[in-house]
Amino acid sequence: MTELRTSLLVIGGGPGGYVCASRAARLGVDTMLVELDRLGGTCLNVGCIPSKALIHAADLFATAQAQAGDGVCGISVSAPVLDFNATRAWMDGVTANLRGGVASLLKRSGVKTLQGRARFLDGKTVEIAADTGDTVVRADNIVIATGSRPADLPGLPTGGNILDSTAALALEDVPERLAVIGAGYIGLELGTAFAKLGARVTLIEAADGILPQYDDKLTRPVRRRLSDLGLDLKTGTRVTGWDDATGTLSLTDAEGDSTLAVDKVLVTVGRAPNTFGLGLEELQLRMDGPFIQVDDRCQSSMRGVFAIGDVTPGPMLAHRAMAQAEIVADIVAGHAAAWDKTAIPAVCFTDPEIATVGLSPPEAEAQGAVETREFSFRANGRALTLDDTEGFVRIVARASDHVVLGIQATGPGVSELVAGFTQAIEAGLRAEDIAATIHPHPTLSEAVQEAALGLASMPNHG
Amino acid sequence: MAEQTFKLPDIGEGIAEAELADWLVKVGDIVQEDDPICEVTTDKATVEIPASVSGRVTWLGGKPGDVMAVGGDLIRIETDSAAPVAEKPAEDAPKEDPRPESEPAAKAGPKADPKPEPKSEPSRPRPARADAPAAMVANAAGRPLAAPSVRGKAREMGIDLRRVRGTGPAGRILHEDLEDFLAHGAIPAAGPGRVQRTATEEIPVTGVRRAISQKMQEAKRRVPHFSIIEEVEVEALEDLRAALNRQYGEKRGKLTLLPFILRALSEAVQDHPEVNAHFDDDAGIVTRHAALHAGIATQTDQGLMVPVVRHAEAMSLWEQAAEIRRLSEAARSRRASPKDLTGSTITITSLGPLGALATTPIINRPEVAIVGINKMVVRPVWNGMAFMPKRMMNLSCSFDHRVVDGWVAAEFVATMKRLIEVPAMLFLEGHDD
Repeated sequence: MTELRTSLLVIGGGPGGYVCASRAARLGVDTMLVELDRLGGTCLNVGCIPSKALIHAADLFATAQAQAGDGVCGISVSAPVLDFNATRAWMDGVTANLRGGVASLLKRSGVKTLQGRARFLDGKTVEIAADTGDTVVRADNIVIATGSRPADLPGLPTGGNILDSTAALALEDVPERLAVIGAGYIGLELGTAFAKLGARVTLIEAADGILPQYDDKLTRPVRRRLSDLGLDLKTGTRVTGWDDATGTLSLTDAEGDSTLAVDKVLVTVGRAPNTFGLGLEELQLRMDGPFIQVDDRCQSSMRGVFAIGDVTPGPMLAHRAMAQAEIVADIVAGHAAAWDKTAIPAVCFTDPEIATVGLSPPEAEAQGAVETREFSFRANGRALTLDDTEGFVRIVARASDHVVLGIQATGPGVSELVAGFTQAIEAGLRAEDIAATIHPHPTLSEAVQEAALGLASMPNHG
Repeated sequence: MAEQTFKLPDIGEGIAEAELADWLVKVGDIVQEDDPICEVTTDKATVEIPASVSGRVTWLGGKPGDVMAVGGDLIRIETDSAAPVAEKPAEDAPKEDPRPESEPAAKAGPKADPKPEPKSEPSRPRPARADAPAAMVANAAGRPLAAPSVRGKAREMGIDLRRVRGTGPAGRILHEDLEDFLAHGAIPAAGPGRVQRTATEEIPVTGVRRAISQKMQEAKRRVPHFSIIEEVEVEALEDLRAALNRQYGEKRGKLTLLPFILRALSEAVQDHPEVNAHFDDDAGIVTRHAALHAGIATQTDQGLMVPVVRHAEAMSLWEQAAEIRRLSEAARSRRASPKDLTGSTITITSLGPLGALATTPIINRPEVAIVGINKMVVRPVWNGMAFMPKRMMNLSCSFDHRVVDGWVAAEFVATMKRLIEVPAMLFLEGHDD
């Protein structure tokens, strides 16, 4: 058994872990990182990146098919062909490229990367089990960045035709009939992509609507697009059984029981933190449900043991993990740092995209009087030139001083606008500040300035 | 159901008007005959006006600060004890009396207690730090509104942003605000560190305070003052005083320094009648007084008052001491009669242990001189061979230079010094030189 000593050991090579390790090492901390599987974690290998690649490919194919139909903007093509193997190869190329980038980053930063399964022996000692033998690492500081995995639906264990998001992204063919259980953002993103690639998709959601964290108006364009794409949305519906032999899902809703014949079932009912099997029981860390409780320095209840990313309470988003990673790296390197973010942006790569940051209108109203303004992409020149005018930008400002508390948008490419929204909220800007900032013409971003102008004085185009 | 209107009574000394200082009753109150109903202030004193009948107050003729003519309508009292009064048993009524007699604290401020109905708002300090934000301006996460770089810098500097006042739009905390915070400290009161105080408080100048203000202004404006400050050794006087107090203190009461000063003054003004005088500058007449009516400047809760020891020249030390005690007590409890507060021919002002090294007292016009007594301290005094520790005290006297020449004033002060330093001379009866 090898014994190693280091100043910082990061467990997990996802966006939280590799950013933390790389930054700490570049700040002069002797750093090791241990990864069980592949560098880049869920995000890079089986999450954000491949799903976005799939969505992009699906959009291209959908556009080509539209062009093969009535034509788009005067462009017609003849019978587009989907070579899904080639699509997958391209997706794999993207992820491999990024994975190589992460490995190289860690190397350049001076991080020693180990492969294996980490298990705490005590608060300063981690055992790493690998094919090549066990290693014991003694570290002054340890960061738990083990991420999360798709949650199972009780009674419907994944495997075979029952897919989780990881398996769905690894499918060799586009299934003819696909049932997606759970109309959260993962189910909607993947369901829409497979629908565009030719699958007959049925979305099954136990709640009364899709994307329950958003208001009705914000999700309406998505519902409209789902309907246009021919997705069958069954809300208020529960899965009660699965017959693998016949490929039959048993469903029940207010009307009664029914069955649905499908080829594959994709379960996207949430994600669960990877906090088991780490030997955390030995440490007796204070937990928050299945999550590791941390303070604003991402420190767990044990000194020198930090936790970042999906294992900590909060939205399971790669950019949150990366922000926490920076904080921990800085702290371990001896700098003053703490989590003081005002808002964590969130993007659903649905069609159209939904991007939000800060407080929703009801959340803001709970704090006091607010003023809200929307600006529709129908009055935006750039949206017209993109042939996509669905959606709007909405600003929620405090009534008393117009400090921007939240911004929501849905529409073409709003994922690229949300960084600006977040900047406004982090900086504590007022609607007047956004209104007085030139937003270039013709861009979709003008809708943001117009909404702000609506709060500050009056919109120029509305 | 008889309602009687009462007028502001003549409060003596030919006073034609008085300022209503405070109501001690409010509309609806039940008063008993002789209960005080209000305080009025003349330029001499504050006087309580008693109710002349029992009944229920139905109307008040003014609000505190109003100047009322003697004979003007002051209050209406309903003397019928019918319906509403009957709700309360008669014997309870006095207990309902809201006057603050039993509350010395309430007595202190003329407007501090919640009594009269038609009353201007009591002056209270404005909310402290009126120009500071009432509370932290919160961002969308409920934390202080500041850009990330400002928050990071504050963290490095160890500054709690909740204590920093933001001067940016909507109260956003800027980098400059951090620097300002470091330079000048926190705005909110919480926590350690220096705090800017920005509150203001408006105090209406009414009553005795207004009388003081007017008198002081007139005196300083009309009278060309000059002051002489002289050093007086009080070793012998203090020894004598201690001996007298040892001997007679039990029986006759302790003597302070003041009776000795009065004694010295009554001798000195015989030699220097120029300083024991009134100057009617309108008529151009100086009236010299044989009597020594000594005004004793007295600090009261309402402000400076000057009760008068009349014919001090005819009193023994203990009589003077008793009279000074009585008068200062009366002045402090606002019981001094107008007679107690008028007619002084020269005034003594003493701040006791606070008496400073020297003062430049303002003459109590129309008098022409004032004697200030500074604090007694032990100082080294050169006796020709060595420094000796001596109990010393300064006299700071001001004079009206229109009618008292510097030479005369200096002689008067020198006389006072001689009399005090050799106290035996205070008791040489019937000298005629």
